[in-house]
Amino acid sequence: MKRRTFLKGSAATVGGAVALGFDLGKARAEMREFKISRTTETRSTCPYCSVSCGVIIHTLGDKAKNVTPSVVHVEGDPDHPINRGTLCPKGVTLKDDINHSNRLKKPMVRKPGSDKWEEITWGEAIPRIARLIKTTRDRTFVAKNAKGETVNRTPGLAWIGGCTDTNEFNYLQWRVITALGVPYRDSQARV
Amino acid sequence: MASLAATFGRGAMTNGWVDIKNADVVFVMGGNPAENHPCGFKWAIEAKKTRGAKLVVVDPRFTRTAAVADYYAPIRSGTDITFLLGIIRYAIETKRFHEDYVKIHTNAPYVISDSYSFNDGLFSGFDAGKAEYDKEKWAYEADEKTNAYKVDPTLQHPRCVFQLLKKHVDRYTPEMVEKICGTPKDKFLKVAEIVTSSGNAAKVGTILYALGWTQHSTGVQIIRAAAMMQLLLGNVGRPGGGVNALRGHSNIQGATDIGGNTEILPGYLKTPTGPMHTLAEYIEKTTPSTINRQAWTSMNFWQNTNKFIVSLLKAQYGKNATKDNDFGYEWLPKIDGNYSWMWIFDDMYKGKAKRAGANEPGPEGFITFGMNPVGIGPNSPKMVAALSKLKWMVVVENVETETAAFWKAPKEYGTPDPSQIQTEIFLLPAATFAEKDGTFTNSARWMQWKWKALDPPGQAKGDPEIISRIFLAVRELYRKEGGALPEQILNVAWSYSNQIAPDQGEVLKEINGKALADIKDPKDPTKTIRTAGQQLENFGQLQDDGSTMCGNWLHLGVYTEAGNLAQRRSNADPTGLGMFHNWAFAWPANRRVMYNRASADAQGKPWDLERPGIWWNGEKWIGDVPDMKPDAPPGTYGAFVMLPEGVGRLFAATLNDGPFPEHYEAVEAPADNLLHPKVGSNPVAKKIVSDKDVLADREKYPVVCTTYRLTEHFHYWTQHQENGRLNQLQPGFFFEMPEAMARSMGVANGQHIRVTSPRGSMTGPALVTKRLPPLKVGDKEVWQIGLPIHWGFAGAQGHQGPLANLLTPSVGDPNAFTPEFKAFLVKVEKA
Repeated sequence: MKRRTFLKGSAATVGGAVALGFDLGKARAEMREFKISRTTETRSTCPYCSVSCGVIIHTLGDKAKNVTPSVVHVEGDPDHPINRGTLCPKGVTLKDDINHSNRLKKPMVRKPGSDKWEEITWGEAIPRIARLIKTTRDRTFVAKNAKGETVNRTPGLAWIGGCTDTNEFNYLQWRVITALGVPYRDSQARV
Repeated sequence: MASLAATFGRGAMTNGWVDIKNADVVFVMGGNPAENHPCGFKWAIEAKKTRGAKLVVVDPRFTRTAAVADYYAPIRSGTDITFLLGIIRYAIETKRFHEDYVKIHTNAPYVISDSYSFNDGLFSGFDAGKAEYDKEKWAYEADEKTNAYKVDPTLQHPRCVFQLLKKHVDRYTPEMVEKICGTPKDKFLKVAEIVTSSGNAAKVGTILYALGWTQHSTGVQIIRAAAMMQLLLGNVGRPGGGVNALRGHSNIQGATDIGGNTEILPGYLKTPTGPMHTLAEYIEKTTPSTINRQAWTSMNFWQNTNKFIVSLLKAQYGKNATKDNDFGYEWLPKIDGNYSWMWIFDDMYKGKAKRAGANEPGPEGFITFGMNPVGIGPNSPKMVAALSKLKWMVVVENVETETAAFWKAPKEYGTPDPSQIQTEIFLLPAATFAEKDGTFTNSARWMQWKWKALDPPGQAKGDPEIISRIFLAVRELYRKEGGALPEQILNVAWSYSNQIAPDQGEVLKEINGKALADIKDPKDPTKTIRTAGQQLENFGQLQDDGSTMCGNWLHLGVYTEAGNLAQRRSNADPTGLGMFHNWAFAWPANRRVMYNRASADAQGKPWDLERPGIWWNGEKWIGDVPDMKPDAPPGTYGAFVMLPEGVGRLFAATLNDGPFPEHYEAVEAPADNLLHPKVGSNPVAKKIVSDKDVLADREKYPVVCTTYRLTEHFHYWTQHQENGRLNQLQPGFFFEMPEAMARSMGVANGQHIRVTSPRGSMTGPALVTKRLPPLKVGDKEVWQIGLPIHWGFAGAQGHQGPLANLLTPSVGDPNAFTPEFKAFLVKVEKA
């Protein structure tokens, strides 16, 4: 039985208590419903340390088109063989990591010599970045090294990848880095 | 991970989190898992409770792990090799090692060439001008007629590895350990006794370590010493044993597995260099040959390098990779020299670098996805100076990091006025973990799928979409305008159903790989084992003729015709040993304990029947997924299938700073090297040289400083959480300072102090504790202080602080090039 059905079932039992000669309806109206009784549960993995505890993310909203889901709770996954439902202080507060108000929501640019960020659209940012990459690559590309060996690299470009990127993203990233000829590339694993 | 690969063949935690419950001894050094890996560390507590396991902790600080240990001993930061070689000496001297294991599963019987020697702190082959060793001097001795390695099964030959090791560690007496490490002799002996109690068939012990070992100029050799100790005790390959590298982040293991570092491609294939002109030369130069023709021959799994690289090239270039064009090998960028972290920022700072004998440009454009190098790298002021010279930078992030905001850094970072910084900076909002699908690989090599729970906020996007959009826009420019070698970009196969935001399951399928033509059974060519288009199932199906494609051979088996195995969620554990073969997928080949052939004796019988890894049933290996050809009888191949010798290396001629570990002081050390004063620090350590890279001398900077994490924060992220609960738990920065030191300086708990290194200076409140005892080094008393990372100038209002890396030097290990964050010198004053 799913948690939601279970709760509905108990509600029916409570309603049925009218037959006992007293009305529980009022008491029931006063009862605060658990926030997570109406949530969608999604299995995920804690993004912090390398234990990779299983977590369940509870979101409000049923994935209908006009509903914006929001995370109301994150808890340890009791089925997970490593953490068996437990979490550390960081894992327990994962909701704050997802919801906090300092999350970036718009692309921004800081222009040369400027002392402030300015909003920019994706439609402006991507072509501008692509142009900068191409200019740098074309300007610094080394087809042959000083010994005359074919090396096809772009020393003008450096790239550092993260520690919470998925394997799939990291693979795409390796593919793009290789396509651009980037020799200066590294990750959190180094440090 | 360079040390584990050099010793065992693969650079990863050997066992798993739950497996720790099978140990009799849990030895924690160079890590603080109770604080940093709390939910994994529970399995050490489980071992204590259910098996009566002994938990031993050695650390400069009385940590949260030490607080629950059966035994704790203090040590001076950066002297771990001395302590570990001291244990190895103790084990040999008292015969508390697993001799039967050592004879069959290690290179102890192998005879080393007489050109190997060690004198006064230097191994043979040292070139002082280059600060490099000629590793050929450390080779195995081969029989002139048969070309086979010479071995002495009795371990008596004076130049066999066992005898050389015995001689090498002879100097590491308990008295010497006390003098160098500052650990009282009786405490050292107690630790040695507990740890070596696992040096037999009946008992097994594990080691848990983390960045406390890697972040040294001798980091790789510290881990080598631990790995050697575990081989000697017969603890590698066995449930409850191993050398367990606790990675610091959720997918740092995955980042290297997929070639995230400059020197590797996906699956730890080597990045080609200038002199590797053709695919054939690349294969020849990077495939280890096996000349071992002793009774135990090696599978030498890297002999399949040709299949791995051709299948990878097919994944990258698709139909454009053909036999006639070397499968597009020419388009892979080749490197000449070092392009890793410290060099990225040094060459960025200097604007050029010497490559293959001539200057080439340094980086002028920089892209970072989910990383904050200003916070994370050594010498933050130099980092800021380097970024100030860029023409442009792209930062893809959840929050405004110190890297994105380097141009706003406070004055102690030496930041020029923003009007002087011409860098054009883009800060692109990205999804967080909950807002995207995909796999993370944990420390235990488990690839676990996570499902997207909601969309990212505002205009933020998932990073696969951001990178794809950038790539496609660049590709379009090259298609229209041409430019430098457009083929490198235009020939890339990008055939995802949704090119702009590739489905992550589809990408994982490509990583796993598939057959491009029908694959015949090598034993019976009338049979087809894979038809064109089918997902591959195992390594054996990979081909070198372009008929298979595979984005990462290491991950093969994760996404087969049976589906996405990273999504499996059965927590059944029929072995009772915590292996969980139907939970997610563990590379390689869903094996839960690596090198598990070593869990059994020469006949294939488990050393311990209660905790078997695999065993030979007369026909095949059963138990865990065997790290061995499943039907190869005992005696056919050695247990370490990735190494050309097939045995674990007590002596490893592949590392850049010696075949054995040796005690060297940190580059910045408070004392002379008591074993060889003329060779104080690692003679081949990497040191970046520039006007901003000044090293401390011990007269002016007498205090040892180390860095660490707190359980309440994660790196430089969580302090960004406005009104976050973690900021309430642990609101701000502090220095940790020994009581006696505070008393002698007249500093009260909570009073502000100033800590300075040649790189930078910072102030903050002193947390005066008993946890950092003063230590005697020789006759000298040495103070150690510590400071947590986590705070920077870009955090949430009220939760900002100095970056720990304001103080740290750009010096590092000569194998892994990891900076020395864990032991450097500072001076301490009242603020």
